Amino acid sequence: MSDKTKDILLKPIFTDNPIALQILGICSALAVTAQMSVSLVMCIALTVVTAFSNLFISIVRNQIPNSIRIIVQMTIIASLVIVVDQVLKAYAYEISKQLSVFVGLIITNCIVMGRAEAFAMKNSPLPSFLDGVGNGLGYSVILMTLAFIRELFGSGSLFGYQVLSLATEGGWYIPNGMLLLPPSAFFLIGGFIWVLRTFKKDQVEANEYKMAPNTVGGHGAGEAA
Amino acid sequence: MANNDTFGKTLLVAGVLCLVCSVVVSAAAVILRPAQQFNKDLDRKANILAAAGLMEKGADVEALFEGVTSKVVDLETGRFTDAVDLETYDQRKASKTVELSDEIPSDLDKAKISRRVKYAVVYLIENDKGVETVILPIKGYGLWSTLYGFVALDADVNTVAGIGFYEHAETPGLGGEIDNPNWKASWVGKKVYAGSEVTPTLSVIKGKVNPDRPEAIHQIDGLSGATLTSRGVHNLIQYWMGAEGFAPFLNNLRAGEA
Repeated sequence: MSDKTKDILLKPIFTDNPIALQILGICSALAVTAQMSVSLVMCIALTVVTAFSNLFISIVRNQIPNSIRIIVQMTIIASLVIVVDQVLKAYAYEISKQLSVFVGLIITNCIVMGRAEAFAMKNSPLPSFLDGVGNGLGYSVILMTLAFIRELFGSGSLFGYQVLSLATEGGWYIPNGMLLLPPSAFFLIGGFIWVLRTFKKDQVEANEYKMAPNTVGGHGAGEAA
Repeated sequence: MANNDTFGKTLLVAGVLCLVCSVVVSAAAVILRPAQQFNKDLDRKANILAAAGLMEKGADVEALFEGVTSKVVDLETGRFTDAVDLETYDQRKASKTVELSDEIPSDLDKAKISRRVKYAVVYLIENDKGVETVILPIKGYGLWSTLYGFVALDADVNTVAGIGFYEHAETPGLGGEIDNPNWKASWVGKKVYAGSEVTPTLSVIKGKVNPDRPEAIHQIDGLSGATLTSRGVHNLIQYWMGAEGFAPFLNNLRAGEA
């Protein structure tokens, strides 16, 4: 594998992570990460959709009229998502029941659309496919980390296997119910980004504006006048 | 590169794309339909069996379901009926159809379901002495969603043999605890009716049931942190076990003349 293809595949995992750096695809990261098994299926579904939508869009990119570019991308993505949804319903019924609308919502997941527009429209099919896989993996890393923390401390289990014995079932662990609610994922994603940016300083963005001090007659008052 | 932005090219690309995508999507739907239908049926049967307490992990659902008879009940008269074909009747769809359901007056609508089907599919497990277990479909509104499930009664048509919900969207860990096996097990052996045979006494209370009290046999622990979901379960039991629900049918069954 040449350095360039390796970069395309591996960069999105930590260096250019779609969730942590580009802050895309947050919605599903909040919704489906209460259980690891559900998250895993969601990750696979999203990776498959991103990879193949990138591939197909890249194949036809030279034929797409600019005026209907977004609609064409959407149609390809939506078709793939429906196929994935149907396959899940046929072969992973239990999990598809839990994922319910979130598989369908992959259509509106910004990562898929973002990669189609930013990468697949400009690059040849193979790199586009790898870019899709890479971004899918980047998404998966975050989702699986969140799901690990949320399921372990929220329900005391991992992939449905009881790891910490629950107080309600005669054990010692009192689960933290808040971790099962979607907002907890916000804090965890925030923490993840913080940790990532402590190690990769170049991801820290410059301040967009400077806070004015609260002093009367100072710089702040002048601005307001 | 040729100009893609002409009127003709735009139409051509849009047309071909739609054609290809629709073929792919409909092919997937048609090819996978049997497997999906099979899963759905299996899931429903597993839930019916789970409510009756017959379901074990890894058991063969199809084989276990052999012993279950499905029958249609007219909720008005409380008797079995042939008014609808069991094979094609879809109770979920019927509850939204005007001809097959009645509007519930709001003062009677304890379970907040707004329409009640005229015909309900019930499941009977029979032995040589008659009905051993009767399994009834129940539904009602919880906190966020409608809860769909089954409740099973023993041969005396009073003792709960099991309960289970197969579809809901309550908060995991809080209202979602209606799926907790320990909580479901606490229903088994409770009695639905006390004096009256039309008004159920069984209730989900707030907090823990005191087992020393005589009324404990009619009470279920409320779920902690899920007051409204517990209330929803209480209400739907009150509704479906009451005069508006299955009480007429259960009375007939008890008298042996359903």
